[in-house]
Amino acid sequence: MSKFGKKKKDVPAVNTAALPDIVFMLLFFFMVATTMRETTLLIKAPKLPSATEVKKLEHKSLVSTIYVGKAKDASGGKGDKIQLNDKISTVNDVTNFIYSERDKHDAEEQKAMVTSIKADIKTNVGTVSDIKDQLIEVNALKISYSSGTGDVSNNFK
Amino acid sequence: MAKRDIPEINAGSMADIAFLLLIFFLVTTTMDTDSGVFRKLPEKPDPNAPKPDVKQRNIFEVNINRFDELLIEDEPAKITDVRQMAIDFIDNGAGRSAEGKICDYCEGAKEESSSEHPAKAIISVQTAQTTSYGMYISVQNELLAAYTELRNRYARKYLTGKYRGLSYEDLLKIQKADKENLDVKAAIEKVKKAYPEILADAKPIK
Repeated sequence: MSKFGKKKKDVPAVNTAALPDIVFMLLFFFMVATTMRETTLLIKAPKLPSATEVKKLEHKSLVSTIYVGKAKDASGGKGDKIQLNDKISTVNDVTNFIYSERDKHDAEEQKAMVTSIKADIKTNVGTVSDIKDQLIEVNALKISYSSGTGDVSNNFK
Repeated sequence: MAKRDIPEINAGSMADIAFLLLIFFLVTTTMDTDSGVFRKLPEKPDPNAPKPDVKQRNIFEVNINRFDELLIEDEPAKITDVRQMAIDFIDNGAGRSAEGKICDYCEGAKEESSSEHPAKAIISVQTAQTTSYGMYISVQNELLAAYTELRNRYARKYLTGKYRGLSYEDLLKIQKADKENLDVKAAIEKVKKAYPEILADAKPIK
């Protein structure tokens, strides 16, 4: 019996030398996976509509995003503002924006490019329709009305 | 001079520092996957193309006015009714398609005033310039849901072979996992052909 008793006494401390390695590994994973927001919003962050028939956008690099919403403060004026890249633009700039987005990719990838419209639920349909007309003009036909998942009843009022 | 031992740097707190950074990145990471309602815009119309001859009975008119009120086929309606009304319209199947086929999978009422064939049924959404975008997306969503419902039903009933009994949404999931799968692509095409999505946006009224 004395043999068992002896063994119990000197349980070695768990070696934690590898703990920093594990933590660093996790750290690097999150550092790589983190995407810092690329564009700073110049408009009020749009409240996206919710829908049930949503699809996830794949291949983030092939997505060009158009933001539509109200100006951040009163000095920006009323009405819907369109933000392309880092500046507030007019509808007529949409064509150039699409061309410049296309230039970043080769011909094969260009076919798969999607334009994501991130518009506030209070935006006028007229504004979105004008953007769509411009997109048709440059043959950027794949669009996605950015929206969250949820019941449609949250979209009005 | 006696050689002095350089004391080892204590690395015990390295884990703490790494943890601190780890927690910072854990908190700030937003794995935001952009999702949305997918639509394909129509191509630029050819000015020389002849105007298609569409019978009034084959057009399902959804009107949203500037107060976000709905008018479907000239009757006031609620957003919750849109889906069922669209299904009834698409699935009516009272006549023949452009190729002269009857719709043998339709389960609609076969009314004379409603659409002839799913391939001929056009849904047209007319908005005002100041209709809210939220309402517009809601209607689009309900209309797409109507198509999905019909496609699911068709896929469950009429698909044969290895995809027998699966719904349209199941097929899309299979395709997502395996993009090169030609069988599933063919099955999806078949379902899409039975209920093609014909959604038209009319120009907003100023």
